[in-house]
Amino acid sequence: MSQKLEKLIDKKGLRLDGRKPDELRSIKIEMGLSSNADGSAYIEQGKNKILAAVFGPRELHPKHLALQNRMVLKCRYHMAPFSVQERKSPAPSRREIELSKVIREALEPSIFLDYYPRTGIDIFVEVLQADGSTRCASIVAASLALADAGIPMRDLVVACSAGKVDDTIILDLMDVEDKLGTADVPVALMPNLNVITLLQMDGILTLEEFEKAVNLALEGCKKIYELQKDVLRDKYVSVKEEVEE
Amino acid sequence: MASVVTRLKQKQIIQLISKGKRLDERGLMDYRETKIEQGIIERAEGSARVFLGKTEVLVGTKIETGEPFPDTPNEGVLTVNAELVPLASSTFEPGPPDENSIELARIVDRGIRESKAIDLEKLCIAPGKKVFVVFVDVYVLNHDGNLIDASALAAVAALLNTKMPNYEIEDDEVKIKSGHSPLPVRRHPITVTFAKINDKFVVDPWLEEEQIMDARLSMAIDDDGNICAIQKGGSGYFTPEQVFEASKTAKEKAEEIRKKLKK
Repeated sequence: MSQKLEKLIDKKGLRLDGRKPDELRSIKIEMGLSSNADGSAYIEQGKNKILAAVFGPRELHPKHLALQNRMVLKCRYHMAPFSVQERKSPAPSRREIELSKVIREALEPSIFLDYYPRTGIDIFVEVLQADGSTRCASIVAASLALADAGIPMRDLVVACSAGKVDDTIILDLMDVEDKLGTADVPVALMPNLNVITLLQMDGILTLEEFEKAVNLALEGCKKIYELQKDVLRDKYVSVKEEVEE
Repeated sequence: MASVVTRLKQKQIIQLISKGKRLDERGLMDYRETKIEQGIIERAEGSARVFLGKTEVLVGTKIETGEPFPDTPNEGVLTVNAELVPLASSTFEPGPPDENSIELARIVDRGIRESKAIDLEKLCIAPGKKVFVVFVDVYVLNHDGNLIDASALAAVAALLNTKMPNYEIEDDEVKIKSGHSPLPVRRHPITVTFAKINDKFVVDPWLEEEQIMDARLSMAIDDDGNICAIQKGGSGYFTPEQVFEASKTAKEKAEEIRKKLKK
């Protein structure tokens, strides 16, 4: 209980890591690191370190899951045992199974699934170190990994969380803010269509606060989207240079 | 694969919804007939059965003593599990819980936990050592759509019906005494689920609407009209405006349904 007395926002209005309420953590993204996957991406967001890899389109296993009219998307979100303070058992937890589902459903609308009937794509997300809002960072990386694999997509999917701590609506929650704060709202966006593909919330918010939090998260998404595009562009410029040499 | 008849019916559902009507003659924002029965299973500490039209969900609660989580030594433990019982639908298979039943359980759990429905501190027997553990088991008995709202409602109804054993502490040992007192339930979260079909929202989708929906959105609303949990499901999307509009409707609908709960 003594933990709850800890102030998450100081007198100057700054957060424990010195950020302003509407400030993102520093983000570093890299693409195409894995030589075995068809597409891959790595993201560091604050202390989060997450790898995403894509295999496919390829034959589905087991085969009876294949659909005649479209591709099947599979996703596994998994946390390394050493990614959190107390060792996490490597067996998939109920939380990881739920997150695998919501991440898949956040990415699905962006992919032209009917281009590759009877096939499947596997997305593997490994959280190497977790520090809050990992599902959002996972979506940012997984969407880039899909683009890296050359999967035809309507748009990149970008995600960011917002929430409430000490009566302030804040952007991009880190672990301690998620645990001790009042609410956490992860949001995923396809910016070109301006549509939300993932929305969850836990905590307590009034309708007005909820609207404010979602709008703040959407602003965060748009900033991260610019980073995503830069990384994608840089990757292709470097590929082009390689080809021309 | 859907049969020809189903395809025609699905087309009809979509056409009707675009005109603001539904195949079962409900309005877009109407729930099916909702029935709550409490105290069905005598062996359980608490129980409730909820009907949403033909959807039927039974929830039983059990209370045991156990250890608290290290980060909340003064609080009892809440555990929610959901079983998609094979007799409820041809699409449910026996075996370990799949992602759908895990998601269902976690949505029900989140609504109760985040609204702080149960006063968990009152379930503490010896801080850091012994607390009461409340098991909420959701049993889907017939699936005709919107299992989320039916399960969440049945869970709260069952908790309201739950009896806690009386106890005393003798020489550091917990002795269960005869008699019981009600579980300290102080909030009544209600979950309202929307389906997006052909860019329109309907509340409380039945099975055939769920089969053609693009996405669903579930919002748990507490007694003060605040949102305490949200889950988007399905591979579609919403505009931000649709989400905000839905949150206002959810608040109204939750109030309506809460009146049906016997507190």
